[in-house]
Amino acid sequence: MAEHKAFSATGNQMVAEAMRQVDPDVMAAYPITPQTTIVENYAKYVANGLVHTEFVTVESEHSAMSACVGASAAGARVATATASQGLALMWEELYIAAGMRTPIVMANANRALSAPINIHGDHSDVMGARDSGWIMLFAETAQEAYDNTVISFRIAEDERVLLPVMTTLDGFITSHAMERCVLEDDQVVKDFVGEYTPAHPLLNDEAPVGHGMFAFGDSYMKYRLAVRRANMGALPVVEEYGKAWAEICGRPFDLVETWGAEDADYLVVCLGSAAGIARHVCRALREEGVRAGVVRPRVYRPFPAEQVAAACKNAKAIAVLDRADAIGASHAPLCADVVGSLFDAGITVPVKNYVFGLGGADVPVSQVETVYRDLAAVADGTSDTTLGFLGM
Amino acid sequence: MITPPLETFESWKPEDIPAGYVADAGTSVHYETGGWRSMRPVWDEENCTSCMLCWVACPDSSILAKDGKMCGIDYDHCKGCGVCVKECRFSALAFVREHESATGKEA
Ligand code: SF4
Ligand code: SF4
Repeated sequence: MAEHKAFSATGNQMVAEAMRQVDPDVMAAYPITPQTTIVENYAKYVANGLVHTEFVTVESEHSAMSACVGASAAGARVATATASQGLALMWEELYIAAGMRTPIVMANANRALSAPINIHGDHSDVMGARDSGWIMLFAETAQEAYDNTVISFRIAEDERVLLPVMTTLDGFITSHAMERCVLEDDQVVKDFVGEYTPAHPLLNDEAPVGHGMFAFGDSYMKYRLAVRRANMGALPVVEEYGKAWAEICGRPFDLVETWGAEDADYLVVCLGSAAGIARHVCRALREEGVRAGVVRPRVYRPFPAEQVAAACKNAKAIAVLDRADAIGASHAPLCADVVGSLFDAGITVPVKNYVFGLGGADVPVSQVETVYRDLAAVADGTSDTTLGFLGM
Repeated sequence: MITPPLETFESWKPEDIPAGYVADAGTSVHYETGGWRSMRPVWDEENCTSCMLCWVACPDSSILAKDGKMCGIDYDHCKGCGVCVKECRFSALAFVREHESATGKEA
C-alpha cells in the first residue's frame, strides 16, 4: 500500500477527483447547490484536457438523467451528479435508469426539499429515490465519498448487478467542509475500475438490439422481480468491491460500520455524517460507564438487514436518527427499515425514532447526548417510542 | 438472439430475461397495433402519383413502398390516425369508418 500525501479537500472535490480518475465516456449534468462544485470541477477537467469525457450541458436535471440513460444504453460509461430539487426533477428517469439496468454512477449531495425553500443538508431528496431500484451508498466523510465513488463503478457495471448507483454525501457538512484526505494514484483507480464492456450496446450494428421495450402485465412483473433480485443480490457484490478497494487503499470497508455495538446497551443507528457526532458522544458516555454504541449502514439500498440486526441484537434500547421524514407513516425511512430488520430477526428491543437535522438544522453534541440518556427510559418502558422531532 | 423465443413467452422466468428491457431489434413488427383502428385509410391506385408524401408523414411506417412507389397500406400496424389522408394532394386516399369498410382487414 503506497504512502500518500494528505491534503485538505471538500467532499465535492473528492468526488470530482474520483470521477476524473475513472474518466467516464459521458457526463450529462446540471448544476445545483450543494452539488455544483462536483460538475464545476469536472467541467474544468474537461476544458483542461485532463479527461476524455463528453460533457453534455443540458437545460435541466430531467434532461441530464435522460441523456445519461441514452448514453448508457448506447454503451458508454456514464457519470453525473445532482442534489435536492434536481434529484426530484429526475424522479421519472431514476426509475427508467434502474428498470433499463443502465449502470450509471451519480453523486448526490444530500439536501432538503422545498417548501419552505432551503438549500441545506438532510436526506429528504435521496429518500425519494429509495424505492427506485438504484443502489445507494452513504458516505460519512469526504474521504469515504471518494472511496464510495470509486467502488460505485465496479458495483454498477458488474454483470450480477447492472444497476445505477447513487453515491451520496451530506450536503454542506460533507460536500463543502474541508477534511483531511488522500488520493490514490490515477493509475491505481483506472486499474481498479478497468475498461467498461457493455453487454448489449445500442451502438453496435453487428448485433442490433432494442432497449426500453413495452411490457404488459404478463411480463411487467417478471421484469420488476428481476430488478428487485439484482438489487438485493448486490449486497455481497458491494461488500466484495468495498473490501477489494480497502485492500488497495488501506481504509476499512464494512456494509454496516459499528462502534462499540458488541457490548452496547444503548445504540444509535444513523446514516452519513451524523455518525461522527454519535461516536464522539459515545466516547464521553463510556468514560462514565454508560455502554453506548453506533451502527451506521454504509449501503442503504439494498438494505443490509441481517447485518443491522446482528449489530443491534445485544442492545437494551435503540434510537434511530432519521435525517428525513416519511410524513404520514409510523416511522421515518431508516427506522422503518431497522424495525423491519429486527422484527424479521426476532429481536424485540424497543426502538425510538427521531427525525433530526432537517434543512441543515444544527445537531449539537448535547442533542445527541440527550438521545442516549433518554434510551434508559425507553429500555425500561417508562418512555414511549412514538416518533419524535429532535430539538423541538 | 437475445430474448428467449417469443412462442415460449408465457413460461419465461425472470432469470430468462436479459438485464434491462434488452430485446432483439425490430420486435415491434410482431406487435399488431392495427386492431386499435376505428377509421381506415383506403388507397385509390388510379389517382396516386407516388409522390410519397403519405410515406413521409405516416407516424407508424404503415405506408408500404416498393421500388420508390407507393404500393399499399399495412393494416396490421396502421392505427387509423388519418395523417396520410390529410397530406395526400391527389385524392388518392379516402378515410372511411372501419365497420363500414367493405374490404376487411386483408384489403
Ligand atoms: S400522398 Fe397520395 S398521391 Fe402521394 S403517394 Fe400517398 S397516396 Fe399516392
Ligand atoms: S392512417 Fe395514420 S397510421 Fe394509417 S397509414 Fe395513414 S398515416 Fe399511417
